[in-house]
Amino acid sequence: MNFGQAIIEAIESLNANKTRSGLTILGIVIGVAAVIAMLAVGNGAQNTITGSISGLGSNLLFVFRGNFTEEVRNPEYLTQADADAISDPFQAPSVAMVAPVINSNLEVTFSGEKTTPTINGVTPSYQQVRNMTLAEGEFINEEHILGLASVAVIGTDVADTLFGHRDGLIGETIRIEGQPFRIIGVLESVGGSAFGSEDNVVNIPITTAQTRLIRRASDRVDSILVQAASADSVSQATEEISEILRYRHRTKLGADDFTVFSQQDFVKTAQTITNVLTIFLGGIAGISLLVGGIGIMNIMLVSVTERTKEIGLRKALGARRKDILIQFLTESSLLSLLGGVIGIGLGWLIAFIVGKIAAASNTQLNPVVGLDAILLATLFSTAVGLFFGIYPANRAASLQPVEALRHE
Amino acid sequence: MTDWVIETHNLTKIYQMGNIEVRALDGIDIQIERGSVISIMGPSGSGKSTLMNLLGCLDRPTGGDYILDGIHVGKMKDDELADVRNRKVGFVFQSFNLLPRQTSMANVELPMRYAGIIKGRREKAAQALQAVGLADRMTHKPTELSGGQQQRVAIARALVNDPAIIMADEPTGNLDSKSGKEIMELILNLNKTKGTTIIIVTHDPVVAEQTQRIIRLIDGKVLAEDGIA
Repeated sequence: MNFGQAIIEAIESLNANKTRSGLTILGIVIGVAAVIAMLAVGNGAQNTITGSISGLGSNLLFVFRGNFTEEVRNPEYLTQADADAISDPFQAPSVAMVAPVINSNLEVTFSGEKTTPTINGVTPSYQQVRNMTLAEGEFINEEHILGLASVAVIGTDVADTLFGHRDGLIGETIRIEGQPFRIIGVLESVGGSAFGSEDNVVNIPITTAQTRLIRRASDRVDSILVQAASADSVSQATEEISEILRYRHRTKLGADDFTVFSQQDFVKTAQTITNVLTIFLGGIAGISLLVGGIGIMNIMLVSVTERTKEIGLRKALGARRKDILIQFLTESSLLSLLGGVIGIGLGWLIAFIVGKIAAASNTQLNPVVGLDAILLATLFSTAVGLFFGIYPANRAASLQPVEALRHE
Repeated sequence: MTDWVIETHNLTKIYQMGNIEVRALDGIDIQIERGSVISIMGPSGSGKSTLMNLLGCLDRPTGGDYILDGIHVGKMKDDELADVRNRKVGFVFQSFNLLPRQTSMANVELPMRYAGIIKGRREKAAQALQAVGLADRMTHKPTELSGGQQQRVAIARALVNDPAIIMADEPTGNLDSKSGKEIMELILNLNKTKGTTIIIVTHDPVVAEQTQRIIRLIDGKVLAEDGIA
């Protein structure tokens, strides 16, 4: 009995019971579509998150107060002096540029419109460290810092919300917590990131922020952004920064009261999170595929009972155990394979729609249907068909011809 | 020395029904000559279906020996029995037992498929259908055929692998008398032209009388044998 014939016969027998075959396939379709869509969304989320982290700047290091892995009592605040020490080329030769930042979410208004973006108090080096480009105007410079100037460089989201357009805004005056600030630049849009939209920001001179908006004790800063000299010197820079801060914070012994994160660390952390998310979503989807498989088993068992006489006849005509086994396994695998193929299409469609919805709601999420997901789903669904087909097929193959023939 | 196609020695079949042993066949000794047409008769419960199942290799005896065409089949495994059925036995059933969704052609090809024959399968199937007078019904499905025609397809299917014996279980039981007569003529004719041994299990004395020899069973034993030929 050759294989082509077995497939043709299986198609005929599935065709004879269209509704039943269709419903059985539907179970697999939903399972496979769910797996494909979930993996696609998970992949998309991962790409978006890691992409936006990489987009933050190059060879970037983040210094935060406190220790993320060990409990440290009363961690010292990071200060402007810490930032100055890190930028000392003799103490930290691997560091190219340092940008201390303080930030807070404050209300910004312009003629009745209002929004609450992140207000960053920054230094001129911030632009370069964060790899920012301006759509128009200029960034905060040294004079603004020294003069505690009331100037602001705004992101596109803020421009959209307050003005409804993005150009010709230079010279306009917005109010941050009621205080007037003159717009001197508009940033190029960079899209969303792991920390929310990077376009929903207002950058002002750090000195202005400290004295008038975000009151911090003495010269406290919230975080220090550091650009390493090159990609190779990132870990060297981390070491140097840690040494300096340990000395300055007098924590030579015991745990550090600060944390240095590199971009790679962020990417890794984000990947771990999104991987867990993808596995979780995929697992739930996998369960529906499993349920679909049980549906196949159910239908095949019914089919075996219904066709007992046919099986008896085939055996009387000389069908071996193997022949009957192949016949029923072909049917169940065909069901699941068909379900798998349709499911891939549907999953793709769902992923596409999710992408569209995300785009419509201004979230950057591009679901990616990978070849690996397609292969996995096809293999898995066929395996499900085979596995859940084994029991019914085996039952059919072990029927005794005499009893099977007598069955009505 | 006669050429026996079927020989049984003390063939016994015992069914266990709970605690009670039912001796469906109780020491059957029969010999059937190659090329003969014989019938097996008996009331219900006499064991004639059991005997047919054993002779057709559909079932295994509890005791005794059965030699079909020189092969001891008594102790064979399931798959070996399947091969023997495929090559040595052709079945014709009372209710035709054709695959309903397949054409006459495909139905006749089925035993050859299980035999692993690929080359010349269509031609052989076509020849067999021609031999039973259905040359113009090859692509019809069973539902498009009359009872007599369906039984002809079944006969074509039975003879397509050139079996040593054809087992017919009430072949005319579901047919009107006219088609029944035609089917009997066809079967007897096959025996004459091809020399195939034919065993007919029947209730119908009219059918039995057309055979050369009648084996009468009662309570699992051979009651009498009437030789006619």
